Amino acid sequence: MTKKIQHPPLAMSRRALLMASGAGLAASVLPFGPLSAQPAGTLAMCVTPEPNAMCSAFNTASPVTVVSGKMLEGLLNYDFDVSPIPALATAWEVAEDGLSITFTLRDGVTWHDGEPFTSADVQYTIMEILKVHHPRGRSTLASVTAVETPDPLTAIFRLSQPAPALMYALAGWESPMLPKHVYEGTDVLQNPANNAPVGTGPFVFQTWERGSHIVMAANPNYWGEGEPKLERLVIRIITDPSARAAALDAGELHLAGDGPIPVNQVQRFIDSPDFQVETRGTEMNNSLDMIHTNMRNEHLAKLEVRQALMYAMNRDLMLDVVYYGLAEILDSPIPETLPNFHTSDVPQYDYDPDRANALLDEAGYERDADGMRFGLRLIAPTVGDTYERMGQFLKQNFRDIGIDLELISADIPTFIRSVFGEYDYDLTLYPGSVTADPTIGSQRFWWSEAASPGTPFVNSTGYASEEMDAVLEAAAVEPDPEARRELFVRFQQIAMTDLPILPVARPIYVTIAAANVENFVPGPDGIRAPYGSLAFTG
Amino acid sequence: MKPIRRRFPWAFLGKRLVYGALAMLAIAIINFFLLKLAPGDAAEALAGQAGTADPEYIAQLRAQFGLDQPLLSQLWAFLTRLATLDLGYSHVFNERVSTLILSRLPATLMLMGAAILIAVIGGIVFGVTAARYANRWPDRAISFVALLLYGTPPYWIGLMMILIFAVWLGWTPTSGMENVLAFHTGWDRVVDIAHHLILPALAQSIFYLAIYIRLVRAGMLEVLSLDFIRVARAKGISERRLAYRHALRNAVLPLVTVVGTNIGNFLGGAVLTETVFSWPGVGRLMFDAMFQRDLNLLLSILVLSSLFVIVANLIVDLLYAIINPTVELK
Repeated sequence: MTKKIQHPPLAMSRRALLMASGAGLAASVLPFGPLSAQPAGTLAMCVTPEPNAMCSAFNTASPVTVVSGKMLEGLLNYDFDVSPIPALATAWEVAEDGLSITFTLRDGVTWHDGEPFTSADVQYTIMEILKVHHPRGRSTLASVTAVETPDPLTAIFRLSQPAPALMYALAGWESPMLPKHVYEGTDVLQNPANNAPVGTGPFVFQTWERGSHIVMAANPNYWGEGEPKLERLVIRIITDPSARAAALDAGELHLAGDGPIPVNQVQRFIDSPDFQVETRGTEMNNSLDMIHTNMRNEHLAKLEVRQALMYAMNRDLMLDVVYYGLAEILDSPIPETLPNFHTSDVPQYDYDPDRANALLDEAGYERDADGMRFGLRLIAPTVGDTYERMGQFLKQNFRDIGIDLELISADIPTFIRSVFGEYDYDLTLYPGSVTADPTIGSQRFWWSEAASPGTPFVNSTGYASEEMDAVLEAAAVEPDPEARRELFVRFQQIAMTDLPILPVARPIYVTIAAANVENFVPGPDGIRAPYGSLAFTG
Repeated sequence: MKPIRRRFPWAFLGKRLVYGALAMLAIAIINFFLLKLAPGDAAEALAGQAGTADPEYIAQLRAQFGLDQPLLSQLWAFLTRLATLDLGYSHVFNERVSTLILSRLPATLMLMGAAILIAVIGGIVFGVTAARYANRWPDRAISFVALLLYGTPPYWIGLMMILIFAVWLGWTPTSGMENVLAFHTGWDRVVDIAHHLILPALAQSIFYLAIYIRLVRAGMLEVLSLDFIRVARAKGISERRLAYRHALRNAVLPLVTVVGTNIGNFLGGAVLTETVFSWPGVGRLMFDAMFQRDLNLLLSILVLSSLFVIVANLIVDLLYAIINPTVELK
């Protein structure tokens, strides 16, 4: 890898060329200060896989949220502590009883087509779009009964019960505000604006060459002071992880996120002066690798077996061998990145194969002639190569305690059908997001009522605990932050005692940018940020 | 000698077209059931991508996609759409199926055309050279390299080519079909796309290049030992003219046959090449459709591909008659 990235980026030099050829003209029409105040430069970033749509109101697949979040905005943004900060709403107030939230909207915001953004758009988007068509919206917005619009800049959410988690689900990439005048009276699911959004965001949709790239241009009427800083944002679709690394090396790509390259190449990029590697930017997502057991299995129904599996995992070694150091070991199902909820005051399961063996002996499992007690199947989706390595690693760990692990890898629809449709698995390993609030992200895995055959990424373990259900249900509607934290502490303690799910690690998905790119992880949502401040330095 | 005169083979063409239509119908029906065997459907795949979804949402998607209909009426709906040349709307990709396929087809045809051209021309040039210098060093070198190329996985060759020619030497771009940061138009764009085409076309052609070299070499060796070549040589015709003008024409028929049968393989190989080089073609669309269980889109691509292969083979058969007038079309 000797070829270094060449900067400044192409569009900058194009611009410079244009300026040079018409220098006299430019000087005469641009008398008001330096050129740097104007949006400048074309930046290329990539998403994987290719998004299926440009609007995340109807499809919240990861690449869709990345693209959508640049053009469509939400009521709120979030800082690194995952506290709400203004976006389309400049102020908000949750009523004492938690039964209404009043949003004051930003004045003077216009849609990309020039129409003004008002509270009627908020009302329409929440009630007619997100509550009806958003994959998660029906549950996160379940308690919203009405949105009142006393004036164009005030929107009042009326709730049937307090919904503290709601305040964490209003980012643009998650709950985008859509223009009522474009959607009303149309077949919203096939509205052309779903592939060519009309939003309020810093970037305006230009073209989408399917399979190749998406082009967005700076929104000249954007409300953010001095934003956007880029003239154009190009989102490339590069399907192969090694090809993404090569494109970064060759300077054809300036920015890539969500763990874009093979993990064994990340260190090279960290060491290179030509690149910046950022590990923050997943605090809104908090994707965790956890092993979900199937408690319908006669062996796994026994607590001792689940505890033994936990003790059998050498997770310190796993950190190096499986994750190349890019992960944090979990001691509870809520990661440390959510300090408002996380606790370590739970039963701990440090690597202790002797203890694991003792537990299995006690449970009455004899080793056979081959030294095996019984066999289990581990099914994982084919996403990246981490889960393949993890399977091999666990196979060795579990062999040490006499459990013969059979590895099955399946494409995503097959995996979903086996695990969540037919419950035809023993152990499964997949990434599951806690999001910014455990009520949104965690509850579904532990709450007995979330279990629903055929629904992906919910409770598949067969776990049902009255105490757990009561704690989760109380936390979902507890308006007081301190009392709510206590409930989630209790949740983590029950979870680590009952162990229907074995928390393994929080993988760190890096964002890689060329050395001359700034503000590429401006907040906890990483590359999902609106990117008004994204720019080339110098 | 009297030249062979013949009329246009209408009967042959008609028969082949009827067979082709029947084959396509069979392909559509068999694939429909084959794909239905894959676990999971588009609603689950879409809900899975979304991260979370409730049961009503999935039921709503199924109804919207028509997946709640009985299997046979889904098949009937697909066949009638096919018969009326209306491929329908892909709810997974939010676009009309015909628009999706047609927007990706040129990229794949370009890649395939370039790869076949490289493989055929390279195969002929190197194959003839190897035959002319049979068992001497040029033949040994060419045969050795051909064997090496034949045995190396195209996927790996693609990645190595990116590493060497794009990253180390900087001669070509790493991936994509055009420089998306430059916004070229007109001739600049054509040149830019051709520049991007070099590596993927080479990567895709290499395996076939290896086969064609061996095929042409073997054919040439056989023909070069025939009497009419000895006569031609005795008449003082130059060796080069002898090889390309007299021998090749006879030796090339097996190559044409193999190229014809390989056209389907080129289309299949496009999936890998397009993935490695981020080439925005139909191969990757097919791959994405499979993983998202967009059956209607996938079936439409498969049927169109079969149409393409059938037509290509028909053209190859007609070509025989032109290359070698003694071949009779029945």
